[in-house]
Amino acid sequence: MAKVFIYPATSLILSDLVARFGHTPLSAAQSIREHIQTAGLESPPLQISPEDPKKGLKYAAVEVPSGVRGRMSLYGPMIEDAEAGIIIHDADLAFGCMGCARTNELIIFLLKKRNIPVLELNYPKTDAEGAEFVAAIRDFLVGLGGAK
Amino acid sequence: MSDYVPRYQGTVTKYIFVESPEMTPQDLAVRAYEISGGTMIKETCFGLQVTGTEDEVGKIIEALRQLDPDHIFVKDRGFPPGDPRRCRANLGGARPGFFGHEFEISLIRHVSYGLHALPLRDEESIPHPPSPGPEQKLDINKLKKLVEAQEP
Repeated sequence: MAKVFIYPATSLILSDLVARFGHTPLSAAQSIREHIQTAGLESPPLQISPEDPKKGLKYAAVEVPSGVRGRMSLYGPMIEDAEAGIIIHDADLAFGCMGCARTNELIIFLLKKRNIPVLELNYPKTDAEGAEFVAAIRDFLVGLGGAK
Repeated sequence: MSDYVPRYQGTVTKYIFVESPEMTPQDLAVRAYEISGGTMIKETCFGLQVTGTEDEVGKIIEALRQLDPDHIFVKDRGFPPGDPRRCRANLGGARPGFFGHEFEISLIRHVSYGLHALPLRDEESIPHPPSPGPEQKLDINKLKKLVEAQEP
């Protein structure tokens, strides 16, 4: 069972398909859960501690906005942990109230730099595209081996 | 700062979305309540949220998926249901994350079709998924027009 980083990290479609074909999706929910289930000093709204932007320094320089470093403290360790990745490129939902464009660019860059298998797609807009989309993800995940 | 005591420590929360012509979130909830055995089930307009230990939640999801495998979708959730930092009862307006779900649910029928068609597909055929094309750059003449169109 491989750990597959999904982008957008909040994607329902990718999260479901990766789990459905027997692998572990690495999504935003896991690192958020880890944060909010850790007791300590409250730092609303996300229980981001002063340590987190420091962890983010590993991935982005100090002059980069703290929001990027804070987000990278959640995503960076998961990217390091990932054994494969799936990227959907036309995911406008990953920008705006859901995320940050510069962080997204950095996530895609780091994922590609790791030299792990990465599948790059767009969202399906028709049934025919949907069939190809699902088949491509299935073949990619089967190719990783070790599915349960 | 006050001491922070997390709620539902050691649990996982999963969203279960149903987008089916044959099943409503209510049907799914009734079945989930039957097999929940004390696990927290919250019915929503799109499906359910299930909170419990990883094993309990896994068993419920496995059983619910059987009802309509191509139209039931599952994803993890970081926050437990009703968390005041996320629940719209406290914040007002749409829950953060709603817009992402709204967008993906509008496309999910194509994924359902793909899942339905998958067993009928020739094993040897190579898939040609929708892929990102070359990046569209802004044409210099269009930029010039935009600049000239500015009010003085």
